[in-house]
Amino acid sequence: MMGGIYGISKDRLEKLFSALAAERELYLPVMSGGKVNFSVWEEGEDVRLDVTKTAKSPKDAFFPQFETLYTCRTEEGKLKIDPEELCRREFVVFGMRACDAAGLRVLDRVFLSEPVDTFYAARRELGTIVSIACGEPEESCFCRAFGIDAASPDADVAAWFSGERLLLKPQTEKGTRLISSLSEYLTEADGAEAAIEEEQAKIRAITEKLPYSLLSLEGWGSGETKRKFDSPLWEKLYRPCLACGTCTFVCPTCQCYDIKDYKTKNGVQRYRCWDSCMYSDFTLMAGGNNRTTQLQRFRQRFMHKLVYFPENNEGTFSCVGCGRCVDSCPSSLNIVKVIKAFSKDGGDE
Amino acid sequence: MCGFGNGNDALIPRVGVITDIRTETPDVKTFRVVSPEGGKLFEHMPGQCAMVCVPGVGEGMFSITSSPTQREYQEFSIKRCGVLTDMLHSLSPGDEITVRGPYGNHFPVEDALKGKNLLFVAGGIGLAPLRSVINYVLDNRADYGSVDIVYGARSADDLVRLDEIREVWAKAPGVGVHLTIDREQEGWDGHVGFVPAFLGELGFDADRTALVCGPPVMIKFVLSTLGEMGFGKEQVYTTLELRMKCGIGKCGRCNIGSKYVCRDGPVFRFDEIDELPDEY
Repeated sequence: MMGGIYGISKDRLEKLFSALAAERELYLPVMSGGKVNFSVWEEGEDVRLDVTKTAKSPKDAFFPQFETLYTCRTEEGKLKIDPEELCRREFVVFGMRACDAAGLRVLDRVFLSEPVDTFYAARRELGTIVSIACGEPEESCFCRAFGIDAASPDADVAAWFSGERLLLKPQTEKGTRLISSLSEYLTEADGAEAAIEEEQAKIRAITEKLPYSLLSLEGWGSGETKRKFDSPLWEKLYRPCLACGTCTFVCPTCQCYDIKDYKTKNGVQRYRCWDSCMYSDFTLMAGGNNRTTQLQRFRQRFMHKLVYFPENNEGTFSCVGCGRCVDSCPSSLNIVKVIKAFSKDGGDE
Repeated sequence: MCGFGNGNDALIPRVGVITDIRTETPDVKTFRVVSPEGGKLFEHMPGQCAMVCVPGVGEGMFSITSSPTQREYQEFSIKRCGVLTDMLHSLSPGDEITVRGPYGNHFPVEDALKGKNLLFVAGGIGLAPLRSVINYVLDNRADYGSVDIVYGARSADDLVRLDEIREVWAKAPGVGVHLTIDREQEGWDGHVGFVPAFLGELGFDADRTALVCGPPVMIKFVLSTLGEMGFGKEQVYTTLELRMKCGIGKCGRCNIGSKYVCRDGPVFRFDEIDELPDEY
C-alpha cells in the first residue's frame, strides 16, 4: 500500500478516529467553550474539521504552551537534576491546514538548528501530520502572499474533502505507514486524482480573490533593517497596541519562550512556557531594559518576522498568513496593516 | 521510538559546587565553582558566558571571569543588583548551584588579537569579562604585544581585585596598568576622574586593538575618545549584555536585528554593532 489515494466517507470518520486514538494520541480540532482548538481527542467530542481556522494554532502539539524541562531536588544534602523524559509516544495531528504546516517548518528552523532542542525534536519525530486542504478559506486568510498553497498542504498525509468523501494521499514514509495501519477503514481511490484536482482548482479560485491575496512583500526581507527600523511609520502604527500579547499566542510561528520555576513539595520544577515580545518585562533586567516603549516592542515583533528572520533563514518569512492576528487583535492591529502601510513608499514618507 | 538521548539538551544544567567566595567590593563577590566530582564544569574561551541558577530563585547569564588557562575551576564576579544576585551573595562555600554553558562567541585571542598591542578599557564590574582575556594573554605572554589596562570605578573600594591588579598585572613584563576613581578619596594617591577623560589624557597610539567593557554610557564616551585618538571601529571590541533565558538563540529575548547576543555575541566588534538597530 504505497503512494496512491485513499478514501473514506465522512460518516465513517468517527470510526477512523477511534482506530487512530486506540494506538496513539490523536489531536483533532474540537469545539470547547465556544472555541475550536486542537486537543487530544476523546470519544464523543465535537470534532470540527469544517472549521478552517482554530482559535490557536496547533503548534502546541510540538511546542507546548507549558512543559517541564527538569526537576531539581535535594537528596542527602546534595542537589540532583532530573531531566524530564522526552516524548516517547507516537501521535497524530489530524486536520492541520497548509498555513499551520508551513508554520511548523518555521519552528523547525528555530528548534532543529544547532544546538537542537531535543524536546521539540522528539515530538517532531513521533508526530504524524494529516493536513486538510482549505475548502472554505476565510476573508482574513493570506497564506498565498507567502507562497503557501491552501489547496495542497504540506503534510505526511494531505487530504481533501470531495463531496461526501475525505480523500487522503500519503506524502512521506511516515504518512504511508499511517495509511497502511488504517487499511480496514480506507478504500483505494486511484481514480480520485481528478476529484482532487477539481477541489484544488476551486480552492485556488477562492484564495486568488480573497481581500489580502494581493498583499505584496516587496521591500521586506534580508537587508532591510536600517530603512524599516528607522521609519517614522512605527510611531503611528503602534499606537492602538494594548500590549496584550494575543497576536503572539495565537501565532503559528511565534517561538519566544520563558523559563521559570515552580516550587513543589519535593523540589523545584523548571518549566518552559510561551512568552511574548509584546510584554514590558520581556527584556527587563536588574540592570535596565533595552526596549522600554511599546513602540519598540511592537516594531520588534514585525521586524523579526519580516526582516530579521528572513535574514537568518534564506529569505523565509516568519509569517504564514494564517490571519489569526487579524481575527483576534482587540485593537484591529495586525501584520497586514503593517505590510500595507509600508508598501506605499517603503516607509520613508 | 525517537533517537534522542535524555538530558543532553542545552537547556539542562549541571550541578556546580561553590568552593570559594571572595568579597571584592561592597557589592561584588567572586564565586569559584567546580563540578561535584571536582575539576572544571566545562572548557570555555575568554569572553564566553554561562547560565548560573539558584533553583527556585532564578537563572541569569554571567560572563566567566576566570581565564581558560586556569585548569581547576571557573570563577564568576557578580555584582549584587537584583533578586538572583542578592541570593547568590547570601550563599556560602559548599553551597550548590546549577550552571549551564558555555554560551556565545569569545574574544578572538587565537587569531585577530594574536601579535597585537592590546588596550583594555574597563569600568566597574565591566572588568569581569576582560579579566578572563587579560589573564589568558598574560599566561600566553609571548603571543601578544604590549598590554595596557585602563580601569576605573566609583571609588577605590569598588576596584575589583586590586591585589591581583597591583601584584600580578602591574608587575608582568610589558604591561601598563592605569587606575582611576571617580572622586577624591582619603588614602588614594592615584588618578581621579572618569575613564573616558583619563583615557584621553593617557593618549595611546592607534596601533593597538582595544577591548572595552563597562556601563553603556562609559562605552559610548570611550568609543568617541578612541575615535579621536585615531582608532577605527574595526579595532575595538566589546561585549553586550541583554536579558537571556535560553542561551542558544531560540527564546527570542536577546534578539537585536538579525543577531542573538547569546549566540552571535556577546563579543562584537564596533563596526558590527554599527550594523545593528540601536536597541542595546
